[in-house]
Amino acid sequence: MASQPMPDLSPQVSDEVRKTTCYMCACRCGINVHMKAGKVAYIEGNRDHPVNKGVLCAKGSAGIMQHLSPARLRAPLKRVGPRGSGQFEEISWEEALQTATDWLAPLRATAPEKLAFFTGRDQSQSFTGWWAQAFGTPNWAAHGGFCSVNMAAAGIYTMGGAFWEFGQPDWDRTKLFLLFGVAEDHDSNPIKMGLGKLKARGARVIGVNPIRSGYNAVADDWVGITPGTDGLFILSLAHELLRAGKIDLGYLIRYTNAPYLVNAQDGPDKGLFLRGEDGKPLVRDRRTGQAVAWDSPEIAPDLANGVEIGGVTHLPVFRHLADRYLAPEYAPDAVAARCGIPAARIRAIAAEIARVAFEEEITINQPWTDFRGQKHDSMIGRPVAMHAMRGVSAHSNGFQTARALHMLQILIGSVETPGGFRFKPPYPKPPEAHPRPHAGHKPGQPLDGPHLGYPLGPEHLLIQDDNTPKRIDKAFSWEAPLSAHGLMHMVISNAHAGDPYPVDTLFLYMANMAWNSSMNTSAVMEMLTDQNPDGSYKIPRIIYSDAYSSEMVAFADLILPDTTYLERHDCISLLDRPICEAEALADSIRWPVVAPDRDVRPFQSVLLDLGARLGLPGMVREDGQPKFKDYADYITNHERRPGVGPLAGFRGEDGTGKGRGAPNPGQIEAYIQNGGFWLDHIPPEAQFFKPWNAAYQDWAVARGLYDSPQPYVFNLYVEPLRKFQLAAEGHGHRQPPDHLRERLIQTMNPLPIWYPTFTDAETDPAEYPLHALTQRPMAHYHSWGSQNAWLRQLHGHTPLYVSGDIWAQHGFSEGDWATLTSPHGRITLPVVRMDALNPQTVWTWNAIAKRRGAWALGEEAPEATRSSLLNHLIHELLPPKGDGLRWANSDPITGQAAWYDLRVRIEKAPAGQSVSYPAHPAQASPLPKAPRDLAHQVKG
Amino acid sequence: MTSLPPPSARKLGLVIDLDTCVGCHACVISCKGWNTENYGAPLSDMDAYGASPEGTFLNRVHTFEVARDSAPPMVVHFPKSCLHCDNAPCVTVCPTGASYKRAEDGIVLVNESACIGCGLCAWACPYGAREMDSAAKVMKKCTLCVDRIYNDTLPEEDRTPACVRTCPAGARHFGDLGDPDSDVSQLVAARGGFDLMPEQGTAPVNKYLPPRGRDTLEIPDLASLCAPAPQAAPNAQPTGLLGWLDRALERL
Repeated sequence: MASQPMPDLSPQVSDEVRKTTCYMCACRCGINVHMKAGKVAYIEGNRDHPVNKGVLCAKGSAGIMQHLSPARLRAPLKRVGPRGSGQFEEISWEEALQTATDWLAPLRATAPEKLAFFTGRDQSQSFTGWWAQAFGTPNWAAHGGFCSVNMAAAGIYTMGGAFWEFGQPDWDRTKLFLLFGVAEDHDSNPIKMGLGKLKARGARVIGVNPIRSGYNAVADDWVGITPGTDGLFILSLAHELLRAGKIDLGYLIRYTNAPYLVNAQDGPDKGLFLRGEDGKPLVRDRRTGQAVAWDSPEIAPDLANGVEIGGVTHLPVFRHLADRYLAPEYAPDAVAARCGIPAARIRAIAAEIARVAFEEEITINQPWTDFRGQKHDSMIGRPVAMHAMRGVSAHSNGFQTARALHMLQILIGSVETPGGFRFKPPYPKPPEAHPRPHAGHKPGQPLDGPHLGYPLGPEHLLIQDDNTPKRIDKAFSWEAPLSAHGLMHMVISNAHAGDPYPVDTLFLYMANMAWNSSMNTSAVMEMLTDQNPDGSYKIPRIIYSDAYSSEMVAFADLILPDTTYLERHDCISLLDRPICEAEALADSIRWPVVAPDRDVRPFQSVLLDLGARLGLPGMVREDGQPKFKDYADYITNHERRPGVGPLAGFRGEDGTGKGRGAPNPGQIEAYIQNGGFWLDHIPPEAQFFKPWNAAYQDWAVARGLYDSPQPYVFNLYVEPLRKFQLAAEGHGHRQPPDHLRERLIQTMNPLPIWYPTFTDAETDPAEYPLHALTQRPMAHYHSWGSQNAWLRQLHGHTPLYVSGDIWAQHGFSEGDWATLTSPHGRITLPVVRMDALNPQTVWTWNAIAKRRGAWALGEEAPEATRSSLLNHLIHELLPPKGDGLRWANSDPITGQAAWYDLRVRIEKAPAGQSVSYPAHPAQASPLPKAPRDLAHQVKG
Repeated sequence: MTSLPPPSARKLGLVIDLDTCVGCHACVISCKGWNTENYGAPLSDMDAYGASPEGTFLNRVHTFEVARDSAPPMVVHFPKSCLHCDNAPCVTVCPTGASYKRAEDGIVLVNESACIGCGLCAWACPYGAREMDSAAKVMKKCTLCVDRIYNDTLPEEDRTPACVRTCPAGARHFGDLGDPDSDVSQLVAARGGFDLMPEQGTAPVNKYLPPRGRDTLEIPDLASLCAPAPQAAPNAQPTGLLGWLDRALERL
């Protein structure tokens, strides 16, 4: 074989590796960026990073093509054509910033609420919220309201944390894993890594999803549930477990409010906890039969029997719970048809949960001490873990469904135990430890507190005396009392309607609200361009910041172009949306591994510049000069509380502070030297039982997560919900409007309930027999992937997937198109057969469809010609009820956008259909035409 | 025509676990990134932002539905790249010797400087694992990251194909399938790994691990797990529950 060629087997891969944080989705993995001749040549996962431990998904590996995307904006832009046309001229940064200052300064001086500042997939919310608070507008939030606030709020109220950023399955120990709904891009790599671990040791995975794609394809058992019925299925599992007594009574007594006595006296206290004079909830001590404070030492709390006071019986929470879920309406046979799951299968899954939880118990020989001072020899776990995200969240019954899921985990005693679900610091954190929402605004003054928080009763709503919402999105009003993330999806609609009041300037960041991030997309585009009789726009001014030429760009008056994620500083902060692990505190940075080659600036630095020009408190020194040079300066030197800042690592003058410590001028450099992140392990005795573990509580105080130990019990029964019901029943000073009383009473139940989604309840199933959903492709993140030459070859159009029954019934054949019609609109797109579906469900990919002219794509790109958004079928309001009121298509408790409530009918499109509908006219692109062919290779 | 070397003792290849692959395409893009920047001509993308983007990929993931008689359909994600066959028809068909199989480890490569772009090898491959690059006009295929696995400039732990290093679910394994004691050979033995299209006589080195059984959860009703059952009657009454609770709490 003398002639065998000898290729170079050891080529130099790069000149240098720069370690930073990915931003191709919300997962925030660590990446190694290989540089050649000062250019980005190759991206791979960082093996040392806590989130991804070296692996990287398709999006992350395609980051180089995002960084080189022809859709990158190049300079600040001023609109010169009509809104929506996309006609702009490039202007200087000085002109752009002066324009914004001239628009905003008068608002701040006279009516700061006239600025509505909403940010999208923002990973700097603690910063943008701080800026908005300093400006003084109550109208700020990020995208959580149209994403997964049901999950987050239900988790916080129930147990002080939810899934993903709040906690994770104990992947190394769990023996049974249940995954509910679509979750592909929320904890993207960690879920895949976790599934891989489960598969490697043969643990069982059960997927509950109407569609068997992605993770559900590898699930050992697939439950093709009917959309919107997850809550009913979960409560039926609870029914079975209760019926068999397969619940962890010791756990319920020690760590939950199951023993709390509930006041049964008709009147303003009915359904509230029976409390002692010191305000502590009372439980019945089995030894004495007396009602005593819940945390009294040496008591045996009862779960079965109550106490009688003044002829009124006060029963423990657990009795209410058992009575409710043991009712025949939750029996598998009663729910099977509605859920689309055979009763025997529900029973089998309940039995498997019980078997694994109680017969495969895990014991870790690690002593620990609880907050009552009781010492435990070991840590005993119930190795059943669960995860859910948008699939469960994005329904109008999503809050209560997420509550039901958490209740199920708690009943079997699996939360914060080995093999179960584990919180990630700074969670657990109960609702009481979070702030309340604020909307107190005055001309020229900062807001009276943080915008978002967790109301504990009607007294915390943000409403005027006449019940008018104080916020433009009506968050924390009677329409959405616990809207902890705001309602970004209602801002444009409400601002256009002047309901509850008009705004002057809409300021958006990284949120494609003129396209895939809004319901009712076509109408939203009309709202953004709608004019008064005098020719002025109904929404007078729109400022937008984005790195790319998205659909929203065309609708702004002023564009502040952002950098790509490889050209900027960022902090993935504990104050924000953390990336911690169940076993460690962690945060990370982005830093400019390359300098921008365009006239663009990182948005956060621009916001600081704007804040200084506006003289906002905290952003200017006493001499009026800017306090921070740029965002990196803010990351290093800003202190939220003394010694606690955006980054927890390398604090203090000597750089050894963990969590607490003075600002360290070398902090960012220390992060870079450490691979872009910081990690601090939780001591072994503090790893589990965190809400009740004295060692964890002390460690959390030392790290600045709390200022004092905050042990608490889980809320199977959420008393604040009952307070809203009481108001609706006529008790208390703050009274809801009459038209909302019945809904508040029905939905704000303090124990989890299931009710049909509003769309299911109000839509004629004969006319609209099918559910329509989107799934999120693992290789894309929202609208971002289509500008990426590599990723768009994986998912470049949106076929409508239908079951074989529907295929046959409508006589479809290969190459046909289908029209979907909802009560609100219609779309037409190519149709494809797929049998691994719930028979009542059709689906397509989320956010692949694009408007012609956007994202620097050719106008004949399949994203525009063979694709459509389900958004066109989904109204932000429910159909009119004839009462003249605007009823949001949202969860009634949190305001979460109910994307997945959609019902449709399907028809075969006429022969000859070759272009998707609707086909909006092209927007002009402010960018040069993209190159035709790529053969990209960086020469060293 | 090009001749194959005598069979090598060392047979480097991939083991791909179809039970675990979630179809995320991480391997596809990691491969694209590495091989655009390394071995030979970059992997081009024609009409990259237009109506019919068509790029060169050395590894692609296909998705199949598998209908079953009395169970819901299965969905299988199937990553496919060159299988580095022992009897590689793509090599023997090559008129210039550009396609060759390495004598020392069995990796099948294309020497791009000798490739005339005739495409015979792609026709000969029964797996469709080779792609002609439209820009460079040379045949591209999986190199098993030959410029990683022996690369002295990389840390030892990174001397593995890019697709294996990046796979988030751990569904891809790399090793010597000629060594029966290697981790990959052991995995193939334990999980019933199989050859793709053995009837073609290509003797592929890469192996696939079959999906485990799906939808097999069939265990008795919960009541049979309970001793003693808290409630005799299936329709529970609170009284039954109370009695059980009393007894159970007493035991705590």
